[in-house]
Amino acid sequence: MTAVLTRRPGLSRIRAAGSPLHLVCLALVAVVVLAALFAPWLVPHDPNAVDLGNALAAPSAAHPFGVDAAGRDTLSRLLLGARTSLLGPLGVVAFSTAAGIAVGTAAAWRGGWIDSVLSRSTELVFAFPGMLLAILIISVYGEGLLAPVIALAVAYLPYVSRLTRSLVLAERARPYVSAYQVQGHSALQICLRHILPNIAPVVLAQSTINFGYALMDLAGLSFLGLGVPALTPDWGRMVFDGQTAIQHGYPLSAILPCAFIVLTVVAFNVVGERWADRVARRDR
Amino acid sequence: MSFVRFALRRVAEMAATLLTASFVVFAAMYLAPGNPASFLLAGRSASPEALAAINAQYHLDDPFLVRYFRWLGDILQGDFGRSITYRTDVSRLLADRLPTTLTLIVMSLVVVVAVGLFLGRIAAVRGGATDSAILVTTTLAVGTPSFVAAVLLQGLFAVNLGWFPSSGAGDGGLGDLLWHLTLPSIALALYLIGMLARVTRSAMLEALDSEHVTVARSRGVPERQVIRRHVFRNSLSTVLTTGGLIVSTLLVCTILVETAFSIGGIGQLLELSTTTKDFPTVQAISLIIVALFMIVNLVVDLLLPLVDPRLTLGSRSAAV
Repeated sequence: MTAVLTRRPGLSRIRAAGSPLHLVCLALVAVVVLAALFAPWLVPHDPNAVDLGNALAAPSAAHPFGVDAAGRDTLSRLLLGARTSLLGPLGVVAFSTAAGIAVGTAAAWRGGWIDSVLSRSTELVFAFPGMLLAILIISVYGEGLLAPVIALAVAYLPYVSRLTRSLVLAERARPYVSAYQVQGHSALQICLRHILPNIAPVVLAQSTINFGYALMDLAGLSFLGLGVPALTPDWGRMVFDGQTAIQHGYPLSAILPCAFIVLTVVAFNVVGERWADRVARRDR
Repeated sequence: MSFVRFALRRVAEMAATLLTASFVVFAAMYLAPGNPASFLLAGRSASPEALAAINAQYHLDDPFLVRYFRWLGDILQGDFGRSITYRTDVSRLLADRLPTTLTLIVMSLVVVVAVGLFLGRIAAVRGGATDSAILVTTTLAVGTPSFVAAVLLQGLFAVNLGWFPSSGAGDGGLGDLLWHLTLPSIALALYLIGMLARVTRSAMLEALDSEHVTVARSRGVPERQVIRRHVFRNSLSTVLTTGGLIVSTLLVCTILVETAFSIGGIGQLLELSTTTKDFPTVQAISLIIVALFMIVNLVVDLLLPLVDPRLTLGSRSAAV
């Protein structure tokens, strides 16, 4: 197998040694996803209820994580922020995976001009960092979640399609594919029913790692005020809002979203790396 | 293939990709709803004369490709058009801000290379508890976006402890500039330190496993020398291949860090001009970032065969 995953290098020891760490990260992913799913029923306060008289109050029974510079409840904003903060990367990963698999498979199976267009565009996108492409698109279309998600998905697409291409090329050389071809199965059928399930784990492991990258990029865009609309709770936006709180000496409302971003990204990385590792070991 | 021919081919490839990138940057304007003139005015009310001026300046009556090549020709002569918000030449805005950004990036690059190589090296050589500690630290580092690092460092060292200024780029003097850029450059470096330490560590572990190291040790070469000349030297080519990625990450993340610390560089200018829809400025900065990245990548490609003679020209992995 010649396929090489684009991943954070050197995690192998942590993956091999870290059963507990892996479990902790898996649990973290589960908690964050559940929080995002059930946020509307869990939140104790309206996340946008401004209470300037109570601004920057310390944690209390009513506000367990305190309030921000505008008197909004931090816990409620964190919980609802999990929704936008995870939905964006999910969109990026879903689109880039689906389109990447389609393009990569077509390039490997057909070769010819599709293949050369793919390798040319890969080079172009490597020179065009995802965040820069997103900013360029936002400067044209204006702020919002959709434009950056599409821009990042386009930027991540070549990583997936390059991986898929090498995987499909390897699968195609195996005897079972020629056996199906001899029996008269169509190329589409062979690709969808036989090759796709075989390569899916590797591609999905890569997508899990991409999720962390996408979360970082999208949180960065919201931090710049270019991602989600201003009132929507979002972790990246909360870090931006928290900067004023820090200046006033009340860092809690900035530290918490920072911690959530870092922990979520680390959790997705460790889970994705471990998955990639297990798949690689199975293939060997 | 001789080195000169290889270099020429890489330069030609770079020029081709850069040309495509410039086309993407130029064509993006035409994705906007409405006609280009109203987009460039971005909702500002315009007198018919202003509209005519914009039409004339951007030659909006000409065919698309003619406009593109005229725009490209202007850029090659250093004319990036006029900023809509600042009402001056974009090239002047850039000339004011580019030195600050480049200083920040170079400072950060120095930190990344020094700390990243050092951590990766001792993690690989010492192993054990040192290795585990570095591994946990770098796991956290690669999960920390630069703006999070920026806000946290600013809160701790600038606001709470007051050791460093919390914003701005100082008032002119070089010493003052470096003083103001210390925290930002560390924030910018953190993620990449983690990444580089990992790459160095795994490249050195791979080199430690190879036969020539065993031979050198069995011949009684001092361990320090084995590490320096036979392990570290061998891992350098792998480390160098990450150079392009490191610089492109620095260039992009500087947008976030400059905004967090209110440093008037091209990163903050890009953020400001995106919010104000100052498209000519956005175009210019995007192009500069892409071009800088490609130049660095070209230099890395040309340096690789010099650093590691085992590499055949153009390949990125050791041909062993």
